[in-house]
This record gives sequence, C-alpha cells and structure tokens, in this order.
Amino acid sequence: MSAKKQTDAGPVLVDVSNVTLRFGGVTSLDNVSLQQHRGEILSVIGPNGAGKTSLFNCLTGVYVPQEGSITFTSPDGQTHPLVGGKPHDITQLGLARTFQNIRLFNAMTAFENVKIGVEAHQKTGPVGAVLRLPRTRREERQGDERAFELLDFVGLRARANELSAALPYGGQRRLEIARALGTQPQLLLLDEPAAGTNPAEKRDLEALIRRINSEMGVTVLLIEHDMRLVMSLTDRVVVLNFGRVIAEGAPVDVQRNPAVVEAYLGAPADGGDGDAAAG
Amino acid sequence: MNQTQLLERGRRLLPWVPAGVLLAVMTGPQGRVGQPGYSISQAMHPGHLFDSIAIALVAGVIVQLWGARPAQFRDTVAQVRSETRRIYARREIRLGVYAVLLAFAILLPHMVGAYWQEILVDKIGIFALLAVGLNVVVGFAGLLDLGYIAFYAIGAYVVAYFTGALPVQPPFILNDFYALIFAVAAAMIAGLILGAPTLRLRGDYLAIVTLGFGEIITILAVNLDSVTNGSRGAPGITSFSVHVFGINYDWGLSQVPYYYLLLAFAVIIMVAFAMLENSRVGRAWTAIREDEVAAQACGIPPVKYKLMAFAIGASTSGFAGVLYAAKISFINPSSFTVLFSILVLVLVIFGGMGSLIGPIAGAAAIQWFFAYVQKHDGAPIPGIGVKIPIRPEDIYLYVGALLIVMMIFRPQGIIPSKRRAREIGMAEQGIGGADATGAPIGSPVS
Repeated sequence: MSAKKQTDAGPVLVDVSNVTLRFGGVTSLDNVSLQQHRGEILSVIGPNGAGKTSLFNCLTGVYVPQEGSITFTSPDGQTHPLVGGKPHDITQLGLARTFQNIRLFNAMTAFENVKIGVEAHQKTGPVGAVLRLPRTRREERQGDERAFELLDFVGLRARANELSAALPYGGQRRLEIARALGTQPQLLLLDEPAAGTNPAEKRDLEALIRRINSEMGVTVLLIEHDMRLVMSLTDRVVVLNFGRVIAEGAPVDVQRNPAVVEAYLGAPADGGDGDAAAG
Repeated sequence: MNQTQLLERGRRLLPWVPAGVLLAVMTGPQGRVGQPGYSISQAMHPGHLFDSIAIALVAGVIVQLWGARPAQFRDTVAQVRSETRRIYARREIRLGVYAVLLAFAILLPHMVGAYWQEILVDKIGIFALLAVGLNVVVGFAGLLDLGYIAFYAIGAYVVAYFTGALPVQPPFILNDFYALIFAVAAAMIAGLILGAPTLRLRGDYLAIVTLGFGEIITILAVNLDSVTNGSRGAPGITSFSVHVFGINYDWGLSQVPYYYLLLAFAVIIMVAFAMLENSRVGRAWTAIREDEVAAQACGIPPVKYKLMAFAIGASTSGFAGVLYAAKISFINPSSFTVLFSILVLVLVIFGGMGSLIGPIAGAAAIQWFFAYVQKHDGAPIPGIGVKIPIRPEDIYLYVGALLIVMMIFRPQGIIPSKRRAREIGMAEQGIGGADATGAPIGSPVS
C-alpha cells in the first residue's frame, strides 16, 4: 500500500450534492453527497442493496432523484446539471458506463459492439448513409480504425469478428469497457467489472483500468466488491450503507474505519475475494 | 423398432385425427341460409371425412419422421449450409447472385401470360414494395406497426388529389412524377405526426395506436364524402407519363411497362435500404432492438431513431400507394382496410424480417398462392387433373395455418437476415430481446 500514489486533487469533475432517491416508501439514496476530481479513480463500496448501482443510475440519467443536484464539469469549464437529463445526452456529455449484468448487443460481433460506441459522436444521418457522402465514408473509416484500436487496447483484437455472446465472461466485461470507451468519456463508470471473473482476468482488468486512467486520461468511478482490487487501484473510497455515505477517504483509512468494518468488511485483515462472485 | 416404440408412435398420431376432422370442415361446402348445420353434415360425408383424416395422418407421419431424422442427416444438412454460407459471404458471389436475381426479374414478365403479368404488378410488385418498407419498421427497428396501410392510402389519395380525380380540385394539376413527391412527403409527415407522441410509449402500445390510426384513415376515406368521394372511390387517376425533351411516353394501363417502372423504383429503394442498414443508422436500429438501455448508454437517442425508421417506412408505403393508384387509375376505401396492414406484416414475417430479399420472397410466395388459388378455383389443375380443395374465400384461413407452421419450424422466415436469425435463436434461449417491444424507455436497470 505504501506505493500508492497520493490523490492529486484536480478540479472537481462530478459533484453529487444531497441526492435523495426514493422508490415509493423505500429510500434508496439518502442525502448522498460526493465529489470526484478529474483524473482520480474513486471507488464506491458497500453491501448489496446499499444504493451503489442506484447512484450510477442517477448519474447516467436512468433514474431521476427526487432531491439534490448532480453537476458535471466539461473540459471547457462549463457545468452541466445531470439530474433530469436523458441517458443518451449524458453519454454525449462524456459519461460512459458498463453494467453490473453485462449488457452487450449479443447478436453482434465484438467489433460491431465497439463501433456502436465509437459512433456516438459521429454525425452521419440517413441521407448521408444512403448516398455514401464523403463525410459518411470518412466517418466509417475513422470509426473502423478507432474500434480496432480500442479492441487492441482491451486485448480483444484477435476476437473482433466473434459474436459478443461467444466471448468468455472476462472478455465480455472488457468488451463492454471498450464499447464505453468508444463514446470518448471524461468519466467512466464501471459497475462491478470484476464480478464473475477469475484471478488471472482480475489482474488483467486491474492493469486495464490503470491504463484507462493513466494512458487515456479518463477519470474512473468504480463499484466493486473485490476489496483487493479496490484497495490497490483506487485513490479514494466512498462507502455506502443503506443509501447513506458512512465513510470516505483513502483506502487504508477506510479499511480501518470501525463503521465500515461493521457494515461491510467484516473481520479485519481479510479483505479478500470473499464476495467477488456477487453480481 | 420394437412394439412399444411403434405403439408410442401410433399414440402420438392420435391428435392428428381431430386435426383431420377440422380439415374436413374447413374444406367442406359453404353453409346455406335456413339450413343450420348443412355445412357440417356435408363435411362429415364419409368419403370427404376419410380423405381429410388420411391427409392429416400423412402430415403427422411426416412431422414424426422429421423429428426423428437421423443425426447423420442433420449433420450433412448443417455442413452443406455452413459451406453455402461461407461461399455466399464472398462479395463477388453475393453480387453475382443479386445480378442473376435481377436478370430473372427483368425477364420474368415475358415468360408468363397476361393473367400473371397483372398479378406480377398489382399484387406481387406493389406488395413487395410495401413489405420492403414495413421491413424497415419491423425488421430493422423492431417496431410493430399495424396501421401501415394508412400511409399507403394517404399516398394514393394525395396522388388522386393532385391529378384532379377527387371531388376537391387541386390548385394545379400535376404530372404523377411530381405528385409522387407530394404524396411521399405527406405520408412521411403523417408518419412523423403519428410517431412523435407514440414512439415514446412501449412497443405494444405502438401496435395499438397504429391499428387505431389505420382504422381512422379508412373511415375518413369512407365518410369524408366531399373530399374522398366516399365508398364510390376516385376514378380517373392519370397514369405515369413523361414529356421532356420531345420524349412523350405514357405508361397507360398496360402491365409490362409498369412492371419495369416498379422494378426500377424497387431496386433503387432496396439499394438505399441496404446502404442504410449497413451504416451508423442501421447499427443504431439494431442496438435499440437488442437492448434499448444499452443503446442509450452508447449515446443513441432511441426516440429519434425509431421515428426515423417509422417515417422511412411510412414514406415507402405512400410511395407504393402512388404507384398503385396510378396503375389501377381508380381507388376506393376497400383497398385500404386493416386486413391489408396485416397482410403486409405477414409478408414481412413470412419472408424473413430484417433481410432485404426476404420481404420480396414473402410477397412473391403468398401473393402467388392467392393468385393461383383464385385462378384455378373450381377448375382442375392442368397436368395433375385434380381440383385444389381450397376456395378463394377461405384463403386467409390457409395463410394463417401456414404462418403458424412457419413460426413453429422456421420463425426467422424464408430468407432471414443473419443477425435477425441469431437474435431469434438467442431470444429463444433467453439471451436478450429480439425487438423493441419489450422494456419502456428509462425502465429500471438491473
């Protein structure tokens, strides 16, 4: 843990402020506030049902919280409110996500999946597509190149033409990340990317997330149950329990926090792969 | 095969006996006024009944043999199929196949008689065009449109208006080619107006709304007497003609020139749709169809793309309506009933959703069947010498049965698109959806 880099607090990228989300009588998120800085890898941990995925869904526009605000600062310094925004508009702004239960386009090849992500910022409409205008052809070419680059980046280049459903589990997880990266995100939200993967795949995944952060300069928000991964990868950890933030800070500090130990981690010094299969 | 197996086989044939009785009733004589039960009692005439049961039992045996076909046979078929697919995947082979099909389509009207020429234009050609358009809505975007014929009606009535065939006179009479532009635009605008509010709803609501819209258009055509001339219809729609650079050509009412006009339009439209499918737009449709939530997460606005597909389908329908009105030169509301919306949908599903050639194959097969039965009604089939026991008025019954059989044994249609076939296969195994009729937009994730 001593080799951990210090949090270089860049400007605030996402500001979640007093967000409350209710479903009927159930409060899924209760007055949640957190900030993520540009360039940082932040983890959200907590027991199942703590509201981690609900938080993701609020960030990406799938759910609309009843109270509170979420703002996103784009590279040009403008702030955009995210609450009430449509999911596709939020993706266009620069937030991309993966899903806890992998949601790939199963009947498409790995390459096509990534290409759909890459095409998020393209302009080709029906007229351009039918007439194969020069811009359309240029965009097609650029999209192909970018999709292959991303497949290369996640290590799936050799399987580009296989159906996404035919990939092994870890491969599907990485393909989903490649698809999300295709949309040119500022912030990548990963919902339990290590769930159901084997130890070797987990190591690859850890390296991949590091490279996404350092080489591509993408800020990463991670939900993960695998504590080893969380501790070694992240700059800062936010712990949710029953929809509330119960602790926040550097991984080492959070790990020793009695409230966190009681609510989630259980016996100290264990932090192992205990519930990695949850998902 | 031992005795118990034989007994088991025999036992499984039993349900085919009532199927045979049903067949006897279906193929029996029509009922008579004042004689209830006449039709049933005649159908139960032993000769007819036994024939029908025998046919049903033979069908049962065929189904059983098919189910028990040896693995070796199955493997051989799979091998041949994958080999064909491999060869077909080559671009030059595929283009060659299209060229042969086009050549066949060009020669076809010269190989058949006058009756079939008319069928080729009025029934197969027009409906193939309709099916190709509906395929964009149903096959590409995965939306269920049950009022598709309404746009066809709009196209037909707009061209009737601009050629001065309606009680209301236009400010200027237009050549059909110019009226075509207005008609297609009108159909597209109608599609946008109908789609904009409804495409936000879940897929199955769309089916209901479009069904209602189809009815509204038909009823308007019947009751808006002062505009549409009601059920008497609009006679005297001019045919297509060109008068440029000293060239004067009128398509008139003859079949073959119309066939070529239709073929030219169909080829252009199909090339356009092939381009669309294989582009950013087509991939966005596929993404929405397979998983709308994931598509949104990839930055695809679902309503915009659904509306696009809906409008493209509507304008193709309007286009077909213009060609129909100009060809027949007379339209009335009975050509635009809900039955035709369903028929076009059947053609698409039967032919193969999402594939380009599929809907045309579907139109050709089903419309040929209709025309064949119509032609040979009551007369023995030449060469075989037996009468077909199918009466034209019962034809939808048989098409329905055919569709059920098709859905059981080949749900992807005659010539499916590769991806659609995969989706249907996966949906059957519970992996992912195969259309956009499932989850509403913004439904909870995980």
